[in-house]
This record gives sequence, C-alpha cells and structure tokens, in this order.
Amino acid sequence: MGEKPIKGEQKAFMTGNEAVAWAALAADAEIMYGYPITPQNEVMQYWTRLAPKYDKRFLQTEDELSAGFTTVGGVLAGRRAFTATAGPGNVLMQEPMSMAEAMRIPTVVVIQQRGGPSTATVIYSQQEVTLTCFGGNGEGLRIVYSTSSHQELFDYTIKAFNTAWKYRFPTFVLADGYQAKMRESLVLYDPQAKGIEMVPTESFVGKPGTPGEDRPPAHLRNTYNTEEELFDVLSKNIREFEENAPEITEYEEFNTDDADLLLIAHGIVFRSAAMAARELAGEGQKVGYFRPITLRPFPQEELRQAAAKAKQVMVVESAYGQLLKLVKENLYGMEVPIKTHLRPGVGITPEEIVADTKKILGEGE
Amino acid sequence: MEVLPKIPKSWNLESKPHKFCPGCGHGLVLKALGQVIDELGIQDRVVFGCDIGCSLLAWDFFNVDSVQTHHGRTTPVMVGIKRANPELIVVAYMGDGGGYAIGSQHLVNAATRDDKITVLLVNNTIYAMTGGQMAPTTMPGQKTETTPYGRDVGVAGYPMMGPEMVSAITQEGAYVARGSVARFRKLKQYIKNALQNQMDERGFSFVEALSTCPTNWRTNAEKTWAFLEEQMTDQYPPGEFKTPQGKEG
Repeated sequence: MGEKPIKGEQKAFMTGNEAVAWAALAADAEIMYGYPITPQNEVMQYWTRLAPKYDKRFLQTEDELSAGFTTVGGVLAGRRAFTATAGPGNVLMQEPMSMAEAMRIPTVVVIQQRGGPSTATVIYSQQEVTLTCFGGNGEGLRIVYSTSSHQELFDYTIKAFNTAWKYRFPTFVLADGYQAKMRESLVLYDPQAKGIEMVPTESFVGKPGTPGEDRPPAHLRNTYNTEEELFDVLSKNIREFEENAPEITEYEEFNTDDADLLLIAHGIVFRSAAMAARELAGEGQKVGYFRPITLRPFPQEELRQAAAKAKQVMVVESAYGQLLKLVKENLYGMEVPIKTHLRPGVGITPEEIVADTKKILGEGE
Repeated sequence: MEVLPKIPKSWNLESKPHKFCPGCGHGLVLKALGQVIDELGIQDRVVFGCDIGCSLLAWDFFNVDSVQTHHGRTTPVMVGIKRANPELIVVAYMGDGGGYAIGSQHLVNAATRDDKITVLLVNNTIYAMTGGQMAPTTMPGQKTETTPYGRDVGVAGYPMMGPEMVSAITQEGAYVARGSVARFRKLKQYIKNALQNQMDERGFSFVEALSTCPTNWRTNAEKTWAFLEEQMTDQYPPGEFKTPQGKEG
C-alpha cells in the first residue's frame, strides 16, 4: 500500500457523501461498486477521484442488483468492498443483501434515505428503516448503524467495515439526504492513529493451493434441499446474531431518570430531539431522550430501562411509524404510554418537538 | 491400457453420480468444462459460479471454489470477484432463463464493458427446474407449460439469439461461440477457447451450449436427439461467432 490518505487528524468542512468516501479510504476499503441514485451520488464521485491515487478500484454497474452482487463478489474475493444507494435503489439492494445475510458475507452498504414510497423525493426521509433492517426474504440478520452527523458518518463508515468483518453479517450505515448533501465540520483521521485496528479480511474463494488436493474446495451455497437443513443453518446464524447483539448494540441517552417525557428518535431527527430535550430541561422540565444508534440489533434492555423510569415516551421520526414499530416491539409488555410525532418524508425541527412536548406535558397537568 | 473416457481430475467425486436427470445435457457441458480446466491446469485459480435453476445442482460438482447465487445474478457475482482479484479465472454458469431473461441486463452490460470473464450458458429451450415453462429460447410453436398450444410468436415473441447478440455488442478481443452437446469435441474446444481468452486477458468470452431436457420435453432418447440435432440446430446455428483478432494478451 502506498501513502496513507489521511495522516493523523485533519479538520474538514464537507458534505456527508464526501465524508463517507474519505472514511472508506481511511478504512482501507479496496473497491467500491455503485450505481447512480440521488442523494448518494457524491460518494461515488469522490471515491472515483480519490481511489486511483491510493491504488483502489471502482466499478459502475448497470443497476443496484449488480452493484450489490458485485459487492458480494468483491467480498468473496477477500476485499473490503462496499456500495452506497438510496430509495428505490435500496429496494433492489435487498436482493443481494439477502444473499449476504444467508451466507454471512461481510458487505458494507451506505444508505442515504430519500422520500418514499416509489420515486417520491430525492431529498430526505427516515422511511427506509424497515427496509434496511428487515429487507429481503429473511429474518433481518444484519447490523444497521443510524448516524446523526458528519462526524458519525465518518466514524461509523470505518466501524462498519470492522463490524462486518468481525461478525460476518451484512452491515449498513443508514443516513439520509440531509446528511448526504449538507456541509458540516468534522475531523478526519487515520484509524490507526486513533488506536483503531482494521479487522483483517479473508478470501472466501481463491485461497492458495489446489482445491481437493491441498485444501477442501469452497462450495458456497444459499440453497438447501430440506427444511431441516435450512433450519440448522438459520438457527446457528440467529444464535450468533443474538449472542453478539449486546456487544454490537449502541445507544445514547439523556435525562432518563424520572422523565415526564422521554423522546425517542434516531438519525438526524435525534439531533432535533436532543436540542428540544436540552432546551426543555433548561427550563426545568423533566424531558429526556433515548437514541438507538444501532437499529439492528436494537438496544432493547437499555430502552426498557429508560422507559421504565419515564411517565411516557414520544417517538419522533420522519416516517409514519417505522421506528415506532421497533420501539413497540422492544417495549412489549410495558405499560408506559407511547405518544408520537410522525412526519413521513419531511424534516423535523427542535421547535416543532418543543411545541408538541409542551402540549403533551400540559395535557397531563 | 488407458481407459476412456476419463473422469476429469477437477470433478468432485464425492458429489457423483451427479444430480441431473437422465438424458440431461448439463453433465456433458460440465464434463467438457472439467476436461478443459484439467488441460489448462487452472484448477487452483478457477472460481465457478452457478445460477438458480438446474444449473444450481452444480454447486458442489467440481473440486474448484464454487459460489451459487440467485437467479440471473451469477454474472455480477463473478464480475465482482474478477474485478476484486483479476488473478482468478471466473466461470459464470447459467441457463437460458438466467442469462437471457432475468439476468439479461447483467449479460449485456458485462459484455459491453468487456469484463474479462467467461459466461457459459446452457440453452435447453425451457425453464426446467420449475417444471417446463416457456424460456426466452423456446422455439416458435414449441409446447411448454406456459405455451400449451405452442409458442405463438405474435403473442410470446421470438427466441433470443444469444451469441448473435453478444457478438454484436462486444469489442474485438471477445470470444463468442455456440456449441452443442451433440458435438462434444467442438463444444469442448469452444469452452477451452473461451477460458484461454480470459487467461490471455483479451476480453469477454461467451459460449452457449445447446442442450437437452427429455424430462420437460417429454421425449424419448431418439426424439430428444432429433429435437437437438435437427430443430434446435436449425434455429440456433452452432459455430464461432467472434474470435479475437490481432489483439495480443
């Protein structure tokens, strides 16, 4: 390998898509496969400008099916390979990612959510939560990080490669059009300088030696003859997913002791929720927040503990109940009332949350 | 005395006898491929990819690294592997449905991009694994489960002419041929030329193999062979459509 793309730490002011491209370089990703779709295009555009300087490769494919399946191929060849997509592209991406899920192939996919369903808007939403967490004809054995800032886009894109290669589940960085397109300041860094070691990659095919003579051949499949055969494979994968979940899950919380209202939000909406909670707390209101950083696996225990101490919770999201579904599932059996602030496909400001919160708390008096 | 025919060294004996129906042509195509892998001495660097449909039964056919993927997606998986590690020799093995229908965009674009891969496509005029529905290659008038009165080209369209199309969209340096399991030595030579083309890094390589499906054709041995030798070769002329000219690897 030649020169490192980033030496030590470097302050930057850039778009989220650019931050993703730099993060992939910093993580020593070796190849990107991609297909244009707004709002993720600049990930490819920056990657294609930077990659040749560091002996990295790129392939523009004919569609997202191909982008996903070539990414699977790149990983099978033992490379840190990734792709990025959005919206209808994310729909197509589910087919290759279900193969990755079935065969424990450590792909990395960056999703920049746009409006849905269908073509909708190229701008922004949080409507790809269900799709990214549970897409495909499977059980959702994948890891999904929901970022809320450019710094996190950089941090978690690097982390996604390590998580994927350590646990061997397809890993997603879930952001949105706002994060993709706006500019923000962040610190780029060489992971090594921060003490982050990249998890080594391994070839699934093309290892040294002649198969059948020096080593067993790799016979990789996702098709099974009997129900029991499939059940054995799935049981093992589900067990490993669940066993590793506590190590993988990440969350953030504030003011969760004795909250009159606990705001629950993820991604960029979490920033609005956090601003609202801090503002209200500053006014002496008992308002806190809980933010799942991993949507898959979900920080269930932590949310339940926070919710147990709250009088009520409010789910805030730019979708009509996708985070809400996760929250309800994970709070099952608890009696805490769940309020909602659901704005499918549009951004949510702290002011809106503050106003809604005051209304709800006012009602309670 | 040497006993013929020899079982290719690159075959995985543990998965033999193979799982294809009696009279199916897949075994012959895979035998030719096995012999070619042996003769070219590339068992240690071939990656064999197979599609859904009958071709998936080949997932453990060889003692070479093998990947079975979804219907139509063998081409992009093999492209992804080849782009990530050009040292490997990749073979995308599929049926006519996988290559010409659900995965046709991948075949067209890999061919146009001149990806240095080998696509080996078995044309038996039918979706066999799913029970004998019309394929892109079903002959005009041919009865299938979804054309029970025969393929009416006015409604169901015309057969896909794969090698003709691929040769039209590829660059000089590509290799394109159509063989038949009825002409084993020729078919084997075409497969060898295709793999050699990839090893020489000349360009995309594509071989269509005309094959048989007595199970879904509902034909006896004689009629099976007659359909292949007479009707299919009439519709689908075998031969080399494109050989690399004047371009050294």
